[in-house]
Amino acid sequence: MEHLLQELTVFILAIFVGYYVIWSVTPALHSPLMSVTNAISSVIIVGALIAVGPALFGISKIMGFIAVMLAAVNIFGGFIVTQRMLQMFKKKKK
Amino acid sequence: MENYSIFAYLTSGVFFILALRGLSSPETARRGNIYGISGMIIAIVTTLLLPVIESYVLIVLGILIGGAIGTSIALKIQMTALPQLIAAFHSLVGLAAVMVAGAAFHNPSAYGIGDSGSIPIASLIEMSLGSAIGAITFSGSIIAFGKLQGIMSGNPITFKFQHFLNAFLGIVLISVVILFSLNQTQNFFWGLTILAFIIGFLIIIPIGAADMPVVVSMLNSYSGWAACGIGFTLSNNLLIITGALVGSSGAILSYVMCKGMNRSFISVILGGFGGEDLVVKGNKITEQRPVKSGDANDAAFMMQNAESVVIVPGYGMAVAQAQHALKEMCDILKKKEVNVRYAIHPVAGRMPGHMNVLLAEANVPYDEVLELEAINRDFASTDVVFVIGANDITNPAAKTDSQSPIYGMPILEVENAKSVLFSKRSLGAGYAGVENELFFRDNTMMLFGDAKAMCEGIINSLGK
Repeated sequence: MEHLLQELTVFILAIFVGYYVIWSVTPALHSPLMSVTNAISSVIIVGALIAVGPALFGISKIMGFIAVMLAAVNIFGGFIVTQRMLQMFKKKKK
Repeated sequence: MENYSIFAYLTSGVFFILALRGLSSPETARRGNIYGISGMIIAIVTTLLLPVIESYVLIVLGILIGGAIGTSIALKIQMTALPQLIAAFHSLVGLAAVMVAGAAFHNPSAYGIGDSGSIPIASLIEMSLGSAIGAITFSGSIIAFGKLQGIMSGNPITFKFQHFLNAFLGIVLISVVILFSLNQTQNFFWGLTILAFIIGFLIIIPIGAADMPVVVSMLNSYSGWAACGIGFTLSNNLLIITGALVGSSGAILSYVMCKGMNRSFISVILGGFGGEDLVVKGNKITEQRPVKSGDANDAAFMMQNAESVVIVPGYGMAVAQAQHALKEMCDILKKKEVNVRYAIHPVAGRMPGHMNVLLAEANVPYDEVLELEAINRDFASTDVVFVIGANDITNPAAKTDSQSPIYGMPILEVENAKSVLFSKRSLGAGYAGVENELFFRDNTMMLFGDAKAMCEGIINSLGK
């Protein structure tokens, strides 16, 4: 129970941090915001790695492997496409 | 070791916050992305150093395969296809969440949540939430992808008792979650996952293509909550923090998009808005009224003799891939000492910020691109407005006609400009199925045809 309360604390605080940080994002960059949040939400790869990690082979390892692959597509794809977009935003040359 | 990993995960979480913070301005955004990448590397390396990781072969293989696919897609994708790419990526996060929840259910000891058959009830609930939200994200995103990619019709698919069916399935889902938490059998786990999968499919099909900015943002949010669910299951603060950040980001974007259309989130989600029936009705009325139409030469003449021109792009520009030709046209106008700026409506295009990215791709400097609040007052002192592939977002009926479906939606007030040029393929009504009064005004000229061809025509004419 104590564990859950500690997790809830982190959860609620993170929502507040998210709320204020996201409102400060300029609307012009809303597309890169979506692709970068997509990339960082693939941090669930952490959970997938733990499933693939054990030496013992089983259904959990197979599912973990699939999850690692899917998350990797997202991590690489998400960060690269964000970088591509951000490279294009340039100021007027005076 | 334990403490060290907790600290490393916290660092990674802070880096993710900095990544989002960087997006507050284009100057800091690239550095922000580097923070994001660093945060991810820290998270992965920390996990690989945990004692539970004993074999690396499959991990390396998975990252290599996934990474190669992700990299090649991200490098090849055209910027006009971004909305469907993002939708596809969301579906992968969803499926990955389902897989991780499933893995945790089958091998709970690896995650330190008890042994098979004796998983604590709190973990079971968290696991089922992670899996259910993940499955909804997965199937919902696939439908959104299909609609955006044009694989399936963008029209809303509605049928009788649709909402009743969805509500019923929702209740069944909750019951299965409870049964699973009490019995923890494999059948209930997969039962609730498949049910959630079907619900995801059903809630997105009634929503039309032009409401996709809301849907894509909403699915973005769901993918975050799914990560949160997994974070609670694994008692991992990093996943909880990241999931909450992404979840609130998507929720705020959905809110911004709904506000841009003056519609409630509920009415978008219930769907059925727009589609062919309404558009046909709109056409019938418009056929009888005369409009003034012109060609590229007329448009070129008007714009090069103007002092100020404002460009209003919409989804039609993306469809015609007209952004590069448009930029070239504006460059020539600028050489002729015309003041050219761009005005972006919050819901123009198929995802938040879609138009900004396309203009940036065509090398339009971002300080010439203005948001609705920043430019609306300037229309009164603008000589020519060039609307390219947009309609509803300029329709004054949103302010005057309380019967109109778009009544109350904030619009770009192009009607205040001295003259308005509409580059459009036909006189058809916009997505909302409402005819645009502006088409019939004396100071409006319709430029019928493909937007890109029209811009090229104007370029030729300006060159003479």
